[in-house]
Amino acid sequence: MEPAAIELDGVTRRYGERLALDGVSLRVPAGTTLAVLGSNGAGKTTLLRILATLLRPHDGSARVLGAELPAQGYRVRGRLGLLAHDPLLYSELSARENLRFHARLHAVAPARIEALLDEVGLAGRGDDPVRTLSRGLIQRVAICRAVLHEPELLLLDEPYANLDPAAVAAVAPLIGPASATTRVLISHDVDSGLAEADLVLGLRRGRVEVLAPPASADVSGLYG
Amino acid sequence: MRPVVAALLRKDLRLELRTRESVPAMVLFSVSTFVVFRFALDRERLEGDLAAGVLWVTLLFAAVLGINRLFVAEREQGGFDGFLLAPVDRTAMFVAKALLLFGFLSAVELVAVSVYSVLLLGPSPFQAFPGLPLVLALANAGVAVVGTLVGALAVQTRARDLIVPLLALPLLLPIVIAGAEATAPLLAEGGAGALPGRWLAILGLYDVVFGLIAVAVFDFLLED
Repeated sequence: MEPAAIELDGVTRRYGERLALDGVSLRVPAGTTLAVLGSNGAGKTTLLRILATLLRPHDGSARVLGAELPAQGYRVRGRLGLLAHDPLLYSELSARENLRFHARLHAVAPARIEALLDEVGLAGRGDDPVRTLSRGLIQRVAICRAVLHEPELLLLDEPYANLDPAAVAAVAPLIGPASATTRVLISHDVDSGLAEADLVLGLRRGRVEVLAPPASADVSGLYG
Repeated sequence: MRPVVAALLRKDLRLELRTRESVPAMVLFSVSTFVVFRFALDRERLEGDLAAGVLWVTLLFAAVLGINRLFVAEREQGGFDGFLLAPVDRTAMFVAKALLLFGFLSAVELVAVSVYSVLLLGPSPFQAFPGLPLVLALANAGVAVVGTLVGALAVQTRARDLIVPLLALPLLLPIVIAGAEATAPLLAEGGAGALPGRWLAILGLYDVVFGLIAVAVFDFLLED
C-alpha cells in the first residue's frame, strides 16, 4: 500500500451547535488527487481548513503528511499550499510585493517569483497593486503564492474560478495533475472534478456520502 | 526570527505609507483633542500636573485608534492565514506588530507634543528634555505590548471597535498614571524638576511584566 498523505478518522467539527463535519474518515495516498464534491454548506471548506492546520478538529484524528493535527501542525506548515476563496493577498501591495513577502516567510529565493509570474503571464503586471487587477489576474497571483514554496500537498478550493481557458492552461503545470503533488480539489464543476480525480469524496451536511474512485462514484444525490 | 520580523515590518510600513490609515488619524485626533481641551478648560497655558494629565489622556486615546487598526489588514485580507501557513515562529508577528505600534506612537508624539507646546503648554518643551523622550519611550513600549495583545484579541471579534477601548483603557491606566506622574515635574512652571525615578521604574516594570505575558499568550490568540 502506498504511504498516505492524508488520513482522517472520524473527524468532526462544529460551529456552535451546527455540525460542519460529522465523522469524516478517509485515506488519500501520496501523489493522488482527491476531488471533494458537495453542495454549498456541505463542509468542503471546513475540511480544507482542517487539512491546512487553520482549524482544529473537535473530534477524531487527522494525520497530514505524517503529522498528527493539530499537535504537530508545525511539521506540516510550509509543506502544504492553500488556494482558498480568499486569495490571501494584500490589496494595496503589488503582486510582486505580495510574493516577495510570502517568499521571505517561506525562505524562498526571489528568482522563483519571477519564474512564476512569467509562467502565469503576469510578468508585465507584477508591479500593479493587487486591487487594480481583475479577479482572474488576482487568482493567478494567488496560485503563484500557493505554489511559491513548492508544497508537497496542494489544497485547492475552486482553483480555476475566474480563469479563462488560456489561463487554465498556463496554471495547469503548477496546480493541475501534472504538478505531481498530492492534491485536494474542491470543485463545483462536477465533470472537471471527476476528470482530475483519483478518488472522489462527496459530502452532504458534513457527512461522507460518497467515497470512491471516479468511475464508480455516484454523485447524483449530493446536490438535491 | 529576525528576517520574518523584518519582512512583516516592511510589509506593514508599506501598507501604512500607501493607505495612511493609522498615523494621520492618530495625529489628527491628538491635535483635535488639544483644541477641545483648550476651549473646555478655558485656559491658554497649562503646566505641571494638569499639563501632564492632558498630554497623557490625549496620547492614550490616540493610541487606542492605532490599536484598533493594527490587525485589520491581517483579518480582512487573509494575512493571518497566510502567516499561519508559513513555517515560522508565531511570536514574530507579535514582535513585528509591537515594534510597528511603537513606531507609530513615536511618530504621533513627535507631532503631537510639538503642537501641544504651541497650543497649550505653558513652559518651554525644551526644558523637559531629555526626560520627556525617555518617559515617552518607556510608556510607548508598554502601550505597544499591551496594544498588540488587545488588538489581536479584538480583531477576532465582530465588536472590535468596542472591545479595544474596553480592554485597553483599564490595562493601560497604570501607564497613564505613571507617565503623568513622571512628566509633571518636567512641565513645571519656572523650570523642570528632577525626573522621578520611582515612576520610571514602574513604567519599566510594567513593560517587562506585560511583555512576558504577551509573548506567553500571543500564540493562543492566533489559534482557532
